[in-house]
Amino acid sequence: MRKRSITLLSDGTLFRRENTLYFENERGRKPLAVEGIYDIYVYGHVSITSQALHFLAQKGIAVHFFNHYGYYDGSFYPRESLNSGDLVIRQAEHYLDRERRLELAKLFVRGSALNMERNLRRWKVADGFSELLEELFEELEDACKITEVMNVEARIRGEYYARWDGHLPDRFKIVKRTRRPPENEMNALISFLNSRLYATIVSELYNTQLVPTVSYLHEPGERRFSLALDLSEIFKPAIVDRLATRLATKRMLSKGHFREELNGVLLTKEGMKKVLSEYEKELAKSVKHPALGRNVTKKRLIRLEAYKLIKHLVGIRGYEPLVAWF
Amino acid sequence: MNYTPNYNSSNHKIRYTNEYNPATYPLDELLITGTEINYLFICPTKLWYFAKGITMEQESEWVDLGRFLHEQRYANEEKEVQVGRIKIDFIRRGDVIEIHEVKLGRSMEKAHEMQALYYLYYLKRLGIKAKAVLHYPKLNETKEVTLDGRENEIKAAIEDVERIKSLPVPPKPVKSKKCLKCAYYELCWI
Ligand code: SF4
Repeated sequence: MRKRSITLLSDGTLFRRENTLYFENERGRKPLAVEGIYDIYVYGHVSITSQALHFLAQKGIAVHFFNHYGYYDGSFYPRESLNSGDLVIRQAEHYLDRERRLELAKLFVRGSALNMERNLRRWKVADGFSELLEELFEELEDACKITEVMNVEARIRGEYYARWDGHLPDRFKIVKRTRRPPENEMNALISFLNSRLYATIVSELYNTQLVPTVSYLHEPGERRFSLALDLSEIFKPAIVDRLATRLATKRMLSKGHFREELNGVLLTKEGMKKVLSEYEKELAKSVKHPALGRNVTKKRLIRLEAYKLIKHLVGIRGYEPLVAWF
Repeated sequence: MNYTPNYNSSNHKIRYTNEYNPATYPLDELLITGTEINYLFICPTKLWYFAKGITMEQESEWVDLGRFLHEQRYANEEKEVQVGRIKIDFIRRGDVIEIHEVKLGRSMEKAHEMQALYYLYYLKRLGIKAKAVLHYPKLNETKEVTLDGRENEIKAAIEDVERIKSLPVPPKPVKSKKCLKCAYYELCWI
């Protein structure tokens, strides 16, 4: 049985009776087969009983909470069941050793940039980006502080956004990437999806022995699961940006999917529903993996990235970030 | 103080006095688990990852099936008896103690056998004479394993496990038919 993610968009209560988990609201009571649940994403106003939480903890199911605007609030991250003292030490070692940390930080930026490049090519707006990247990559190589790495990253991102806009219909121009609250539709959409992606990565890390709080590009403590931020650098362009672009250019979202609030633009409940269902579909799509010779879902690619990181940390093989070949 | 097992016949449970004495405990080679011996005969790469706590089995449907079969079929037996570092599926008392291990199929037979042998060796070191029975409920078969004359075999296996565990990186994976069903497939070949 393949375990699946559950998204709760509506308001209600999550409780446990005997060995079953139920979600109940005015529309009725729905049993959720706990053995088949991988993780849970909560967008609605949901009350969870402590028995339900005990049950979820026991089954090792993480629950991610999103606020009213659809942004990540935090996770119920059950006590970790997978531990490898050995790996924890190596993770810390790679953080403490300046050279090793820099190496990984640069790899995340590089991977992110290469995925952006793929996108721009795909959208036929690459316009000088590759040449620029060459220069910026040289600077990246020379960087000897994390702040410098971050700085190069920001410049790459700036160049990327400027070109990306050229592919978007007028109504969905990014113009200036803003957050909290986003000033326009595209910003709202990207922020919303990034939040969800971040939580997805947290769930994947939960199912590995990696400690999600020790990271390399981002400072540990910047967010609780800062390693998920590192990994999301790779997957934001490869998954979120592509999906957001598709939603915008294929006119899958209408005015009614957005609302204005507190001088910002946000997705409506309907909008969230639509976007999340497309997100799920996207992650469930299979691609043939050249190294494995197997089909894997896009979601699985996140886990594979974690495995590659483990192999880097253990010293088996240097990390090579995913560059979307699909 | 010796590390003495105390077999209590009234409730079919093996107990041992657990005072810690650095002179006699831990007996070095008895720190290996049965699973590690088992993996040695399946794949050294897998053994290394497993020994370092990098485990995958929680996701394997194969393991779930084993657990399920076990629960169905042997519900009334004394299950999962822990003796020091080894965990025995269940135990029966006869003239000698019988330890029983439940396995799915015979494709990994050597690994199962060596695991059982290791348990017998382990118990012997603790002063318990036993024999082992491997159960293949899906095939409706059983197989008996005894230690007699095979001590050197198991000693060599223990040394191999120690050697592999002490390597800084896992042994290079070798692709085989086993890989296709192995929970480590992605980790190995990515
Ligand atoms: S995938 Fe193959 S090489 Fe890797 S651990 Fe499994 S059996 Fe061994």
